[in-house]
Amino acid sequence: MGKVNLIIDGKEIQAEQGDTILQAARRHNHYIPILCDHPALPPEGACRICLVEIEGQRALHPSCTYPVTEGMVVETNTERVRAARKFNLELLISDHPLDCMTCEATGNCLLQDLAYEYEVKEDVFHGTRHHFSVNDPNPFIQVDRNKCILCRRCVRACREINGVEAISVFYRGFNAYIGFGADSSMDNSPCEFCGSCVEVCPTGALWPKLSLGQGRSWEVEKVQTTCPYCGVGCQLVLEVKDNKIIKVDSAWEGPSNHGWTCVKGRFGYDFIQHADRLDKPRVRKYLLDGKQKPAASKRDHEKEGNPWQWVEVDWEVALGITAEKMNQTRDTYGADSMGFLTSAKCLNEENYLMNKLTRQVIGTNSIDHCARL
Amino acid sequence: MTVTDIDIGLIEPILQEFREQKGAVIPILQRTQDIYGYLPEDAMVEISKKSGISISQLYGVATFYAQFNLEPRGRHLIQICDGTACHVKGAQKLVEAVENGFDLEAGGSDPDFEYTLEIVYCLGSCGLAPIALVDGQVYGNTTADSIVKNIKELD
Amino acid sequence: MPVLKNINELEAVREKARAHKKDRENNKLSIILGMGTCGIAAGANEVAAAVREELDKFDLEAEIIHVGCIGMCHNEPLLDIQQPGGARITYTKVTPALVGKIFEKHLIKGEYSKRWIFGQIPGANGEIVEGLPTYDELPFYGKQVRIALRNCGLIDPENIEDYLASGGYGGLAKALFKMSPDDVIEEVKDSGLRGRGGAGFLTGLKWEFCRKAKGYPKYVICNADEGDPGAFMDRSVLEGDPHALLEGMIIAAYAIGAPEGYIYCRAEYPLAIERLKIAIRQAYEMGLMGKNILGSDFSFDLKIKEGAGAFVCGEETALIASIEGKRGEPRPRPPYPAVAGLWGKPTNVNNVKSYAITSQILTKGADWFSEIGTDKSPGTAVFALTGKIKNTGLIEVPMGISLREIIYDIGGGIPDKKEFKAVQTGGPLGGCLPVEALDTPVDFDSLTAAGATMGSGGMIVVDQETCMVEFARYFLTFASAESCGKCVPCRLGGQRLLEVLTRITSGDGTLEDLDEIERISKYMREGSLCALGQLTPGPVMASLRFFRAEYEAHVTEKFCEAGVCAGMFTYEIDADRCTGCGLCMKACPTKAIIGEKKVVHVIDQSQCIQCGACYDVCNLGAVLVKRKHELPVIEAAQGEGVI
Repeated sequence: MGKVNLIIDGKEIQAEQGDTILQAARRHNHYIPILCDHPALPPEGACRICLVEIEGQRALHPSCTYPVTEGMVVETNTERVRAARKFNLELLISDHPLDCMTCEATGNCLLQDLAYEYEVKEDVFHGTRHHFSVNDPNPFIQVDRNKCILCRRCVRACREINGVEAISVFYRGFNAYIGFGADSSMDNSPCEFCGSCVEVCPTGALWPKLSLGQGRSWEVEKVQTTCPYCGVGCQLVLEVKDNKIIKVDSAWEGPSNHGWTCVKGRFGYDFIQHADRLDKPRVRKYLLDGKQKPAASKRDHEKEGNPWQWVEVDWEVALGITAEKMNQTRDTYGADSMGFLTSAKCLNEENYLMNKLTRQVIGTNSIDHCARL
Repeated sequence: MTVTDIDIGLIEPILQEFREQKGAVIPILQRTQDIYGYLPEDAMVEISKKSGISISQLYGVATFYAQFNLEPRGRHLIQICDGTACHVKGAQKLVEAVENGFDLEAGGSDPDFEYTLEIVYCLGSCGLAPIALVDGQVYGNTTADSIVKNIKELD
Repeated sequence: MPVLKNINELEAVREKARAHKKDRENNKLSIILGMGTCGIAAGANEVAAAVREELDKFDLEAEIIHVGCIGMCHNEPLLDIQQPGGARITYTKVTPALVGKIFEKHLIKGEYSKRWIFGQIPGANGEIVEGLPTYDELPFYGKQVRIALRNCGLIDPENIEDYLASGGYGGLAKALFKMSPDDVIEEVKDSGLRGRGGAGFLTGLKWEFCRKAKGYPKYVICNADEGDPGAFMDRSVLEGDPHALLEGMIIAAYAIGAPEGYIYCRAEYPLAIERLKIAIRQAYEMGLMGKNILGSDFSFDLKIKEGAGAFVCGEETALIASIEGKRGEPRPRPPYPAVAGLWGKPTNVNNVKSYAITSQILTKGADWFSEIGTDKSPGTAVFALTGKIKNTGLIEVPMGISLREIIYDIGGGIPDKKEFKAVQTGGPLGGCLPVEALDTPVDFDSLTAAGATMGSGGMIVVDQETCMVEFARYFLTFASAESCGKCVPCRLGGQRLLEVLTRITSGDGTLEDLDEIERISKYMREGSLCALGQLTPGPVMASLRFFRAEYEAHVTEKFCEAGVCAGMFTYEIDADRCTGCGLCMKACPTKAIIGEKKVVHVIDQSQCIQCGACYDVCNLGAVLVKRKHELPVIEAAQGEGVI
């Protein structure tokens, strides 16, 4: 690719052939505000916030779609440009709830940031507003169309990142809104709940239901980790507050997933702090007592003294009993009477060790893994 | 949305005809609407399945263009003017009479989709108020009785 | 028809068609009927039935020829009679009942009733009837120069022979066999032709961009999505001379190197689509389209795509999205369609008239064309003349003609002794001009400089009965409802602007609202994605500029001088003019008018709903529009007729 020289706000910069003005500016950390663009998505040219002045051009142009040309001179922050941006922000605010104090996205909302930057404090038009009900019954994503600015990032994310096309713009003009399936709910559409739409939404229009009321954006610590669910090794960014995961964000640099996640990685983290989750090993009382397996009819897990009762023990005891039983089984019925299943939630190293245990210690080749299914 | 039984097989020839053509969504929807009078959800689902275009995209397109109806319309279209002159001359009474007489609500159709009622604003014939249009035919100086009678006389 | 394999065969067929035409004109009686959509709406089908019936009755043999629209909407239905070796004589406003009478006078008695006759077109050898005006002598046609409309109303659009006889496909033959694609582009560039869709970009340059662009296949598209309310220029060409469009498109495709093309026509034009289909089939049958056109190396296929009801699809990138089966939303340019259009391939989009004119430029040469019109806007402009004007219809005039000449000479001025108030050009995205601007020359740049736009050819004349605020609101209602909703300034700005206008027309406006109009308009123009959003404020801006006093009266005095905005005026009966005829009393839906026969009537303001029925029926101009506070309520009538 060739290089293109241009001047942005008086600075000579070099861009790649085929760059848009916005891409060229970003290469040089030169800020141009925008709502509808997202680096992971193709440009749209819809929000008209990134308008710039180009020498020799009468009209303002969106920097997100305008290709760079050699010798081009661009001004990104003139009074004319700022006035046009402010007007567009005023329009957006005129059909947007001003409930920032209780909005989940506060502190992490592009519209809020730009309203601050351009000093848009209130609705100056006092015109008709939309009043959508916030009642999409799907289990994962809250859809609040009142907060939607129709930037279409979600539409593009669904198409470009997940390849599902569950989201589309319905109707047109002032009546346009984001819709799913046959103008239905999200769970009644081809949606797979990968959450890419939530990730790219610049406002609070799409928000994880699990995260509602859990904390503010500035209260969280962000921790990058590997998704435990399968062998793809997706990178995730966890939002952690008080040692508790309250939200999962995309890790765009993740080498195997580039920001994408599946429904489990994005929303399947509630097991971690779940009350039912075991955090100590347990064994049946009859095993602890070294007795034979009692009749199943007597089974009562909870009752004190019942042979089937679960009793909390330390790892030493639990593993000791397990090893003993495995030895007994192999000695009595042969190694091939046993089979081993490991989990995609285990690390590679753990799976490797399991393989060793199965083949070399026990002596059977019957081992399998859920990620192979 | 009202569920009506439709013969989904009717659109198979259309889907066959446009199978190899890219970007044929709009003609497919147009031909489908020619068959059913509107775009039934079942037909949309079938088009989505056979054409590989997601259902959301189909509805995005269908709701964009004014030509497409997502709701069935009655065989007969009744339009009652509620412009100022017609309003003071009792257009609301006509509306009520039609709603009660034919089991429908303004803006909708009756369960058998015989009639659709629309409210319109000023047809420019205030001297003949109140005005109603039944299948395009103008009726002036209408009364609750006369409009019901006119509609009942339709085939 | 045989497949034509070379230019000689084309010329042979043309000669045959001409001979056939001459034979008809010299030896047969022809009855010519205007069968455009407007003619049919006015009753042309019934007239046609009467013609057949009356011919039988008089035992006459005639060739009945159906033609498209000749442009005289106000005079439809039209019936022309051409006797063997005679002039073609036009009868206007023909009813089925009149047909027999016309035939008896004209064909049996040889009399020409001036009462019914509009004019005549000289016969094949210049024959005319003494005493009847020729079309050229009539003001409606005298000032017209018809290039795009050259055949409309003169030939049978469903008969390719008629088009060939008139020299049709001569431009194509010349391009294919005597010129290289670059020569064709040079010729169109030299002609100075600017796109007739409204933007006025140089057509030849557009073709050159597309020819030079990398990518294959390339496409040519005809934009026939004429969506302006009150505009029907393109429809007339499509219905009246479809081959002119096809020829232009094939020439463009040859110049650009495009093997495929589309005509995107709005579905609301069923007759146009029908005639296009017939024309395309004929062109294929004769080898004028398809593989190896006229035996040359050039092949071209053409399809029709029907629109589905979206005004914004007149914007070229939205039109392309629609052909691709998507929502008809525009996308930012660059890249222009010439570089990345349909399916991402180089694509040329032109208006119907641009293509129809191109075929003539190729036939007659760039010099011939550039001598018509003005330096910067050569050629002609087609307008659909509507509104408060005597001669409504379709006209084609040389660029540079003044608005005054169009409205008063061709249009015949304002009917019913009313005053001209404004003329709106450019449709719902154009602007209106006041009486002071009547001498503005009609061309792309002058109209823009004056505050309106050329647009694609709508021209609406209004008189004092039109409220300019409400007029602007009407266009704005249309344009904002047609916004695709993609970009913020158009989706929300259009809505906000409409709310301000609605406030003013309903009596809730303030002086600050006038500033707000200017502010919203400015930034919609500045920031919108496509021409729809950029031009939506046009009509409001123009009317606020030229009719500011009317806006101010609405907000400060709550007065609508045109008597349009509800609740912002009253009707009063002028005692000097009222003769007590009682017409208004009968018309009043609320019995608000009181009076006895031959005694001056009075309006009871407590009952009046300002529906205007009295104003409309009064022949004497005795019902006046007045400021609201000027009239007291009449006590005596209160309580009567209240619903």
